[in-house]
Parts: sequence; structure tokens; C-alpha cells
Amino acid sequence: MPYSADLDVRVTDSSLRDGSHAKQHQFTAEHVRSVVAALDGAGVPVIEVAHGDGLGGSSFNYGFSHTPEQKLIRTAVETARHARIAFLMLPGLGVQDDIREAAGNGAAVCRIATHCTEADISVQHFGLARELGLETVGFLMMAHSSPPEALAEQARIMADAGCQCVYVVDSAGALVLEDTSERVAALVAELGTDAQVGFHGHENLGLGVANSVLAARAGATQIDGSTRRFGAGAGNTPVEAFAAVAERLGLRTGIDTAKIIDAAEDVVRPVMDRECQLDRLSLTMGYAGVYSSFLTHADRQARRYGVAGTDILVEAGRRRLVGGQEDQLIEIAVGLAAAAAGDGQRAQDR
Amino acid sequence: MTKAAPAQASAAIVGPGNIGTDLMYKLLRSDAIEPRWMVGVDPESPGLKRAAGEGLDASAEGVDWLLDREDRPDLVFEATSAAVHRANAPRYAELGIQTVDLTPAALGPAVVPAVNLGEHLETPNVSLITCGGQATIPIVHAVSRVVPVAYAEIVASVASPSAGPGTRANIDEFTHATSRGIETIGGAERGKAIIILNPAEPPMLMQDTVFCAIPADADRAAVADSVHRTVAEVAAYVPGYRLRAEPQFDDPTTVSGGLARVAVFLEVEGAGDFLPPYSGNLDIMTAAATRVGEGFARRNGG
Repeated sequence: MPYSADLDVRVTDSSLRDGSHAKQHQFTAEHVRSVVAALDGAGVPVIEVAHGDGLGGSSFNYGFSHTPEQKLIRTAVETARHARIAFLMLPGLGVQDDIREAAGNGAAVCRIATHCTEADISVQHFGLARELGLETVGFLMMAHSSPPEALAEQARIMADAGCQCVYVVDSAGALVLEDTSERVAALVAELGTDAQVGFHGHENLGLGVANSVLAARAGATQIDGSTRRFGAGAGNTPVEAFAAVAERLGLRTGIDTAKIIDAAEDVVRPVMDRECQLDRLSLTMGYAGVYSSFLTHADRQARRYGVAGTDILVEAGRRRLVGGQEDQLIEIAVGLAAAAAGDGQRAQDR
Repeated sequence: MTKAAPAQASAAIVGPGNIGTDLMYKLLRSDAIEPRWMVGVDPESPGLKRAAGEGLDASAEGVDWLLDREDRPDLVFEATSAAVHRANAPRYAELGIQTVDLTPAALGPAVVPAVNLGEHLETPNVSLITCGGQATIPIVHAVSRVVPVAYAEIVASVASPSAGPGTRANIDEFTHATSRGIETIGGAERGKAIIILNPAEPPMLMQDTVFCAIPADADRAAVADSVHRTVAEVAAYVPGYRLRAEPQFDDPTTVSGGLARVAVFLEVEGAGDFLPPYSGNLDIMTAAATRVGEGFARRNGG
């Protein structure tokens, strides 16, 4: 079943939210204005704007924002002519007042994220969002870590709470092809007409576009991407590539492929500090199943404590850390540095 | 015997769930408190059966049964829910029964034993805030007694199976109550609380991180020393409370909002009285409740 009479899949661009991680949360109103104008002009139907960790994310643990996200949301709403503005929030970090404020600033889509086994902490937030008349999306993060049936049960909790579209969220960029379609299919089977299903991909194994196509074929009607991959880890599914591929496959996204290709190069790239690359750290995340947003934090702690970033990520994977536990990366780095010092001392003693 | 044993305060536990049961085992070990009653509403409650097995007078007839009796308790520990405590609290107050509230109702002033118990020994009803608050507010206070703390932020990570349905249904309550406690008791000008549920198997121990903004020229050795002293004070009533690393100091950066900070990494392992050791988040609540109750009992007895 298509998303609507006009669209087979509806794309949400997350460069101004997931890209916040890669930008170390230093977006300005000017960045938001230029990116929203370009994406809106290219026909992107939904544009997400928030701190990378959602409303309330500005903190020691995740990094303080340059500009308050509510101001960025308002700027996006004022700039967009057609696109709906979305925001993300994580219960346990953001609170219901944040949702009220974003709604007051004109945002139309409320996206609520939990770890993929903890959907029941989102119930009160979905209730409020619907009460406020917001469109709702649920994010089951780190979806690779749960089997399809378990994921579908959690999707049911969100749908019953008022979520209109539940996303399989590959936060670690660890899903490989059928891993994606099996999860999407399980959610479609569980939710039927009660809610739609979406897919949010990362590029840590280089599979963002391929996984998104398989998700659409398995029945997902909403797909996330970030223009120029501007997102955490190796970045997200590139919207311009997905639009091109979708066009070739005859999937209607409503996005003008030529315009989004130009927007990626001429508008989004200049806002980025650097390209989102499939380098050693980000590939390690996909391979070890580690939350993509840990990338810049692991990199920073590696430099601070003189240890290897890959060692931090591997340990994060071993401890099965979930999104939000960035604080643990510091403690891991301290431990690795102490262990290395201990080894050095023992070598000297010999 | 050369000296008579000091009189113990009699106590009732209202709410025979996991927390009430764990609390019972801690109170049974206390010199200052004698747990005599366990009150619930479900005759099939395993907590009531366990309490009866330990020699407590256990009833499923609710607080009416408890408050209508002639020999009323000196202390009540409430481990029900915020709504139930709101209904019960005025009745305890009317009868002059001092109450330790383990629910998130937050009717009475918040108490963290290592910080402000001394100010509340005669308060009729005290609130234990949240598990994250009990674990982290002492550290915020340890820093703020040495240097001004403009902002403090805590991250509480708890094992999924130790987060009950009440916490899950109203997670904003945790966030708000803990942030407030960081300010009013911890002494930070502004507080922020974050809670993360982690489903890893085997379950992880409760872990808490405390970030405090400190002046760039703060005496870091004095801050670290104050933290160490506080950890020892909390560990005196929560034996599994410990540092996972030395306090870490960082100069201001862009992502730190231009603030210098200290980061303190904690772990709370439960005593395993009834709840499994990984649920340090629940153990610290029952341990703090016991400590507060003992403070009340000694004050009243002496």
C-alpha cells in the first residue's frame, strides 16, 4: 500500500537532527534557514530539526547546543513553504513540556524514540502529542539488537499509545539487507492498518540505500535519510541517492532528483564540518553494533586519554551500551588509559 | 547484661511489593527499628506471606486495619504508589505517625540521608525523591560545598528489569523530581536529570554519572577529596555504593558549553536482601529509607 495517493514512500530528511551529531550540535539559525530552504525547494516532504539526541539533548553528556533547538525549530517552520517540520524526543531525557513548546513553535511531526525493548516509557508522550494534534512517529532504536517478533511487540505498544508510524531504527548501521526487510515485514504484519512502518538507516556498513529499498519493498511507507549523509557515524541514507534510486525503481517520493543533488553539493555540504565517511571508527560501529552517535564522543575521549577510539567502541559493544549512555565512554577511556599505564609500569618493572 | 537494650521504634510497611519486601529484610536487621506490620490489599500477595513467615503481623485489609488498631506504629514506610500515598498521608499525619515516603508523591520535604537528614528528624513526612536522586545528589552536594556549581547534570543508567511499571508509565516524574533535588538539596543553581534503561543480559548494575560545572580555577584536589568523603558516607548505609573511576576534571570546550567540569562515575550494587544485586537503584531507596527511619527512631527514643 502506498503512503498516499501521490507518494509511494514519504521521506523525512534528518540532516538538521542526526546531522547535529556530526556538527557537534553547533547549528545556527542561518544553517537551518539555508538547508530548510534548499530541501523544501527540492520537494522533501518532512524535515527534522533538533539536537542530535532530541529535545533537551543540550547537555554535558551529549554536548551543548550552539543555538537553542526551539529557536531552530521556529526558524525552520518560518522558512519551509511546503515541508512539515518534525522534531525528535527521547523520554528519560526530554519531557512533555519540550513537546508542548515545539508544538507551540509550529512543528507538525513529533518523533518519539526509545531503545527497542523499552517502548512503554513513551506512552504518556504519545498521548500528549496526539492531544496537541501532532502527527506522531515512534523510533525503536538499535533495532538490530532485537529479533523481528520482539520488535513487532514493542511496535504494538507504541501504536496502541497513539503512534501513527513505527520506525525500525538502525542506530548502529548494523542491519544487513534481509535483517531490515524481515523486521519491517514483522512490524507491517503486526500493525496492519493501525499504523504505518518506517525505516531509519545508517551508512556504517555502506547499506543505507539498499536497506531502505528493501524496507520499502517489505511494506515501509516512510523512509529517513540525510542529504549528503549528514548524520551520526558514517551518516544516514543519502536522500539524494535514495531519490535517484527510487526514481529508477518507479517509487514516487515527490523529491526532484536533480534539485536534491544540487542541494546536497551546494547547500548542505558547506554547512558540514567534514564529509560523513565510512572510516575505521564508523565501520567498527556497524560491525560491532554500536550506537552511531557515540562516534564523535569516542573520538574525543580517545584523544583526551590517549587511547584507541576503536578500543572504546569495542568495549561499548561488549557492555551492550544503548543510546544515551555517552557518559560511559569517558569511564571506558579512563579504564583503558589506566590499564595501558599499568602495562607500561609492569614492562618497566621487568 | 549490664545495660538494657534501647527501645526500638515500631514500624509498619505499607505496600508489600518488591520494594516493601526488600525494606522489610533491612529493617529486620536494624537495632533501632522493629518492623511489626506489613500491609497490603491483595490476600494472595507473596510479600504478605513472606512478612508473615518472618513473624510480622500481615494483613491484606489495607491501612484501615493498620490505623484502627490500638497499638499503632511509631513509623510508617510507604512503598505503594504516589496516588495511594497521597490518600494515606493525611491519615498518618492526623495520628502523628512519622512517615518515610518511598513513592514519587513528594508531599513532604526531600531527604538524602548523607546530606540533610539532620534537618528533618522531626518532620512528619519525608520523601526519598528518586533512586537517581539518592545516588547522585550527595555528589552534587560534595562539589557545591567546595565551589559554586552553576549547573549539575546526572545520568542514571538502570537495568530494564529493575524499572517497574510505575516508573515507566511516568518517566517525566523521575526527571522532574531528580532535577529539583539536584537544585534544592544538591546545591546546584540549575539541575538536569537523565535516565536510561538498559536491557543487557545479564543485567547491568545501576550506574550513575554526575557532571558538575565548576569554576575554571577551582581547587580540583579539594573537590576530589570532598567527593571521596561523601562516597564513604553514603557507603556507610549503602554498602554497594562506590566510585568506578577517580573524578575526572575537564577544561572548558565548545561542546561543554564553555564550562569547566568535574565528572564522577558511580556504581550501586544492591545488598541482595530480596531484590537481585543488579537493582542497586531499588536497594539505595530501601537502604536510604532504613537510614532515615533509624534517624527518626533514635531522635524519638533519645
